Amino acid sequence: MSADAATHDDHTPSMWDWRRWVLSTNHKDIGTMYLVFAIFAGIIGGALSGLMRWELMEPGLQVFNNGFWGNEHNYNVATTMHGLIMIFFMVMPAMIGGFGNWFVPLMIGAPDMAFPRMNNISFWLLPFAFALAVMSMFVPGAGGDMGFGGGWVLYPPLSTSGHNGPAMDLLILSLHIAGVSSILGAINFITTIFNMRAPGMTIHKMPLFVWSVLVTVFLLLLSLPVLAGALTMLLTDRNFGTTFFDPMGGGDPVMYQHLFWFFGHPEVYILILPGFGIISHIVSTFSRKPIFGYLGMAYAMVAIGFIGFIVWAHHMYTVGMPVDLKAYFIAATMVIAVPTGIKIFSWIATMWGGSIEFRTPMMWAIGFIFLFTVGGVTGVVLANAGVDQSLHDTYYVVAHFHYVLSLGAVFAIFAGWYYWFEKIFGVKYNSILARLQFAFFFIGANVIFFPQHFLGLQGMPRRYVDYADGFALWNYVSTVGYMIMLVGMVLFFLVLIDAMIRRRKADANPWGEGATTLEWTLSSPPPFHQFNELPKIK
Amino acid sequence: MKRLWQNANTRVALMAGTTAVVMVGAAFAAVPLYNLFCKVTGYGGTTTVAMGEAGAILDREVTVLFDANISRDLPWEFHPVQRSMTVRIGETALAYYTATNTSDHPITGVATYNVAPFKAASYFSKLECFCFTEQTLEPGESVEMPVLFFVDPLLDEESRLDDITTLTLSYTFFETEGDAASSDAAP
Repeated sequence: MSADAATHDDHTPSMWDWRRWVLSTNHKDIGTMYLVFAIFAGIIGGALSGLMRWELMEPGLQVFNNGFWGNEHNYNVATTMHGLIMIFFMVMPAMIGGFGNWFVPLMIGAPDMAFPRMNNISFWLLPFAFALAVMSMFVPGAGGDMGFGGGWVLYPPLSTSGHNGPAMDLLILSLHIAGVSSILGAINFITTIFNMRAPGMTIHKMPLFVWSVLVTVFLLLLSLPVLAGALTMLLTDRNFGTTFFDPMGGGDPVMYQHLFWFFGHPEVYILILPGFGIISHIVSTFSRKPIFGYLGMAYAMVAIGFIGFIVWAHHMYTVGMPVDLKAYFIAATMVIAVPTGIKIFSWIATMWGGSIEFRTPMMWAIGFIFLFTVGGVTGVVLANAGVDQSLHDTYYVVAHFHYVLSLGAVFAIFAGWYYWFEKIFGVKYNSILARLQFAFFFIGANVIFFPQHFLGLQGMPRRYVDYADGFALWNYVSTVGYMIMLVGMVLFFLVLIDAMIRRRKADANPWGEGATTLEWTLSSPPPFHQFNELPKIK
Repeated sequence: MKRLWQNANTRVALMAGTTAVVMVGAAFAAVPLYNLFCKVTGYGGTTTVAMGEAGAILDREVTVLFDANISRDLPWEFHPVQRSMTVRIGETALAYYTATNTSDHPITGVATYNVAPFKAASYFSKLECFCFTEQTLEPGESVEMPVLFFVDPLLDEESRLDDITTLTLSYTFFETEGDAASSDAAP
């Protein structure tokens, strides 16, 4: 009977059968769809940032001058949508939906996710949420201007009385749907990780990527509903006459900021934690050593997740907080540097004395560690309320969070992409092209964002379409950096096309003895259904 | 239901789902909690409503500055009668504001208020205030509105409030929701 079932299950449906994808309940197929979706959303989000860099290349109006696309308002729409798309439709689907779906079941020795059909809903809600978000750019937002331009934080009153058109309502709906998708996904991951580990795989033997996803989905489960609540209040304030955030009826717009950042701060850890897990595996694999301080690494992520919930007001030092409250948030924020330091030093200690191979994923991983540390250091600077008073909403902040997200999370995604590419697609990639992509990305991203520290310290504010002539030099340099990174992006697609055309058969384990997790015991790509006989963990 | 609960996966999923629903509830519970928090701590300059006069009157004096604002859509004029007043801590004082309806129809407004610096706001106690209720003004009507207040003697015991020599009491008048339609017709 079991042998019968095995031969039947090995029958992989055709690539071209639409039912395989639309009705999919297979964690690997759903993971692949998440990855493809993230690439697609990343192109749109990246194009928006291209429009912004093009506009800011020189003082004056180049792009948003009623010629190419809309007016100054649309610049703010571009910043807003770039942020929301990259967070909700690129990084989260790639890390949690893509790599999480693919490798959490494989790494814990499970045949699939706990709720395969719920997994299908989680994915298919996203394209609709994304469609609503894109539509919002082309319907009236503020007066006759198209789209919502109030920043990704959606602060009232700009998001209530400031944008009376339907654009903001579409955006609220879009984020509601994306939130439901993520919460369902989170429930699925928690159940899978708690209940479906192979015999012998105790919590303290789980691979660090599984640990990172577990912490991430707990953060999602606790923080996203608060965003949903705040968005619902915005929606009723806009449409049904409530005054949650309107002082005219006894509300307070600052309360929105508290609710938003109670979600928003855990959210930035949601974006980076799976990356921590990916980097741990890559550093360990290519140093041919087990990760240094496994338990410390796991509980450092738990600590980061916990502290992430009690530091939110450091995003709003300028709302007029009492000095004692600021002192608390400064101290709590700086404490995060401790578990983060544990992670950075443990990665370095893993490499120390290892037999390091600079394969493609390892280059991305070391790039990640370096850049994330730079972003972390500027984060400690910004944690000081006194310093932040001056740097709040300047390009220094933009540089800081792009170092940890654009260079941190995105480098981690590419590291994971090239680490697991053969496992996912069953074909090899051209590592020379992939390394070239890394070189262009590393140089390009630094040239974009490092000068933005200077601009911020000089006082250039965020979210403005134009700037004083004195800021021209570093803005020009920053745009040149974007062009360099764009070449890297072209190389990324060349790697894909090259792999697609040459179709060199992948090895089950291309990385040798350093790759010790369960996914490398399977073929590349893994069978459509795996672990019919549960693996035993010693 | 019992069988559902016995399935280990369903059990974890239900617990996780319940957590998500509770967190949505927590977001809405934040509304009253936030108000309570502001009242207790004086966060954002929230003042105290007092039931009776202060027990003691100290020699230390503070200057209270009076500030008046109106919402953009409200066709009223609103000014403090006196710009400032020097009071002893604990002493009950009476200040007046005037409001005039410059439109051609009756309008009901309500004032929000705060005290700066925020760290001293919870020591500013009001016995009577026009801001406690809605105010309706007929077309062209002008009224004087009283604020009866004292500065709580406990302020003197806080060492971090030793630098307090001035307090600014600020009001902003808004039109109450029900009248929003009529003001659209106003000239």
